[in-house]
Amino acid sequence: MPLNTPSKPKLAVWKFASCDGCQLSLLDCEDALLAIADNIQIASFPEASRAVLRGPYEISLVEGSITSEHDAERIHKIRRLSKTLITIGACATSGGIQALKNFKDVNDFVNIVYAKPEYISSLKNSTPIADHVKVDFELRGCPINKDALVEVCNAYLNRRKPNIPTYSVCMECKRRGNICVMTSKGIPCLGPVTHAGCDAICPAYNRGCYSCFGPSEDPNVKALSNQFEKMGMSKDELIRLYRGINANAEEFKNESIFHEQK
Amino acid sequence: MSKSKTKIINVDYLARVEGEGSLYLKIKNDKVEDIKFKIFEPPRFFEAFLRERHYSEAPDITARICGICPIAYQMGAVHAMENALGVSLDDDLRDLRRLIYCGEWIESHVLHVYMLHAPDFLGYQDAIQMAKDHPDVVNDGLRLKKIGNEIVTLLGGREIHPINVKVGGFYKLPSKSDFHSLLENLRWARTAAHNMIKLTASLEFPKFEQDYEFVALRHPDEYPFNEGRLVSNRGLDIDVTDFEKHFEEEQVEHSTSLHCKLKERGKYKVGPLARYSLNFDKFSPEVQKAAKDAGLKEECYNPFKSILVRSVETLHAVNEAIRIIENYKEPKKPGIEINPKESVGYGCTEAPRGICYHRYNLDSNGLITDANIVPPTSQNQGSIESDLRELIPLIINLPDDEITWKCEQAIRNYDPCISCSCHFLKVTIDRG
Repeated sequence: MPLNTPSKPKLAVWKFASCDGCQLSLLDCEDALLAIADNIQIASFPEASRAVLRGPYEISLVEGSITSEHDAERIHKIRRLSKTLITIGACATSGGIQALKNFKDVNDFVNIVYAKPEYISSLKNSTPIADHVKVDFELRGCPINKDALVEVCNAYLNRRKPNIPTYSVCMECKRRGNICVMTSKGIPCLGPVTHAGCDAICPAYNRGCYSCFGPSEDPNVKALSNQFEKMGMSKDELIRLYRGINANAEEFKNESIFHEQK
Repeated sequence: MSKSKTKIINVDYLARVEGEGSLYLKIKNDKVEDIKFKIFEPPRFFEAFLRERHYSEAPDITARICGICPIAYQMGAVHAMENALGVSLDDDLRDLRRLIYCGEWIESHVLHVYMLHAPDFLGYQDAIQMAKDHPDVVNDGLRLKKIGNEIVTLLGGREIHPINVKVGGFYKLPSKSDFHSLLENLRWARTAAHNMIKLTASLEFPKFEQDYEFVALRHPDEYPFNEGRLVSNRGLDIDVTDFEKHFEEEQVEHSTSLHCKLKERGKYKVGPLARYSLNFDKFSPEVQKAAKDAGLKEECYNPFKSILVRSVETLHAVNEAIRIIENYKEPKKPGIEINPKESVGYGCTEAPRGICYHRYNLDSNGLITDANIVPPTSQNQGSIESDLRELIPLIINLPDDEITWKCEQAIRNYDPCISCSCHFLKVTIDRG
C-alpha cells in the first residue's frame, strides 16, 4: 500500500460450522457493497477473495458454531487478532441447528451418516462462540438481516452502540400491522419470546414464528408454553418447537428439557 | 536422465467457493502423483437429526444445509414429501415453485459468474478489485443478482432461508399487483442476461474438452427444475425413485464429504454443463440462438465454459420468470390438504450446481424415520479430481503460483458448494 494512503480499517470474515448464509448476507448488500469496500479494507474474506491481508483486524465477523477440537483452538487465534469480534447468526450465537445433536449421543449421529465413523472427529456438542472467547457483539438471526449487519459494523467503526432492538417479534408484528396468528387462527407462534430482527415475516405470511433469531431479552417462556398446552399442543410438538434453529439457547434448551422430563 | 524432481502444491483454504476445502497436489517428474481435493468442513449431521421430526418441518430444516441454495433443499424436501404422501400440485402452484427456483438460479449463477469466477478469467483477486477497472460490469452483475433475490424475497419472504415454501404449496400467495415492479426489473434483466452471455463468451477458454458422463433431469416439455427423469449421455434413463439402485455414496479418507458414484460406471458430472448438454432442445429459440451466437454447440464438454453456460441458463431463468409472472392468476388456495401416512417419498431437483436428491421414510404420524440427501457437490468430487489430473500436464511448465491459480479456477468451474456436500459425508485428512 502506498505510504501516503490513509489506512482503512481492516475487516475479516471467519467461518466455522455453518451454511455460509450469514456471510453471504454481506455479498447480498448489492447496493452498498462497493461503497462498503471503499471505506473498509476487506482484508480476509475467503468466500469472496483470494487475497488475504495479515491481521490484526479492526473487526472480525465470525459465522458458525464450534463442533471440533481444531475449531475450538482456531477461535482463540482469531480472538487474539481481532480488536472487535462480532458473531453473525444463530450458529455462532447459540450453536445453530446442528446443536440438535447436543440432545443425542453424537456417536449415533456419526453412525447414521457415515459408513466409516472412525474417520470422523466431532465434539459432543455444538457450541456458540461466546462459550469459548469473549464476544463483543452477537448479531442474531438465521440468517442475519443484512441491514443490521451494516449497522453493527458502522457502529463499531464509529465507536457508538449498535441500534439493534432486543424486544420480541410481537413488537415488529404489531408495527407491521399483522393480525396475530395465534389469537386469530390458533397457530402456535414463538414470536412472543423471540428476539426481533426479521420484521415478523412468518406471521406476515400466515404462519407462526419458529424463532430464527432465538430468545428475546427476558422471554416468558413458561407462560407461552402454558398457552400452547391450552391450545392442545402435545408434549412432543412442544419440544420440537423449542428444538429448532436455536435449540441450544439457554431459555429454549431449559424449556425443552423441562417438558421432556415432565 | 535428469534427477527426479518432486514438487508439492498446497492450497490450504480455497477462496471464492462456498465452504471449507483445500487442494493438495504432488507432482513428480512433471507427472501428477497425487491429487486430493480435500473437504474439511465440519459435518453437521442433517440426516441424523431429521429423524423424529415432522414431515412439515423438512423444508425449514433442510434449507439450513446451504445459505446459497436454500430453495434447492426446500424444493427437494417438498417434492419428496408430496411424493410420499401421494399428492401433487395444480399447475398454478407448480408454476410458482418454478418461479422461486428461477430466482435462486439467477441469484446463484450471477453471484458465481461475476463475483467468484470472472475474476479468475480476468486476473483479479476478487470482484471488488475487478470493479475498479470494470465498474459497469460489476454493477450490472450486482443489479442482476439483486433481481434474482427480489424474486425469492417476494415469494419466499426473504432471500436466504425463505419461509413461505411448505409441503403442499405455500403459506401465502402473492397478488398479481405484487409483481409489477419486479416485472419491470426482469425486462431490464433480460437485456442484462444477453450482455452477460456476450461478456462471458469473450473470455479466453483453454482447449480442454473432457469425456464426461453427464447426468441431469429431463422433462418432456421444459428445461428441468423440479421434475423429470434422470438421464445421462450413456444411456441412463430412470425414474427418480430408482436413484439409490443406480448410484452409491462412498466415504473416502481425505474428505468429510461422501463421493457419489454410478454403480455401473463410476464418476459422472452434474450441473450446468450436464443440464445444458442433455436439454438443449428444451430452450426457447431465443436462448438457443444466444447460445449459438456465443459460440456454444448443443453439447458442451469444456468445464471452463461453465461460466458461459451459466450465463445462458440465467437468460433462460429470466425469461421463464417473465413468462410465469405475465401468465399469473392467483390460485384459489395457497396449498392443498395433506394427511400423513406411513410411506416413503423421493424427490430430485436441479439445484444451480446440479441434481440434488432427497428420500424420506415417514411413519403413520408423519414423523421422519429415515432421510437420505445427496447434494450436487458430493456427486462432482470425482470429476473435479479427474479434471485436475488432466489439466496439470498441460500447465506443468508454468510457475507454481500460476499452476495454483489455474487449479483453483478449474475447481471453481464447478461452483462447488462445500457447505452442502459435507453435511453428509465427512472427508477426513489422510495422515497415513
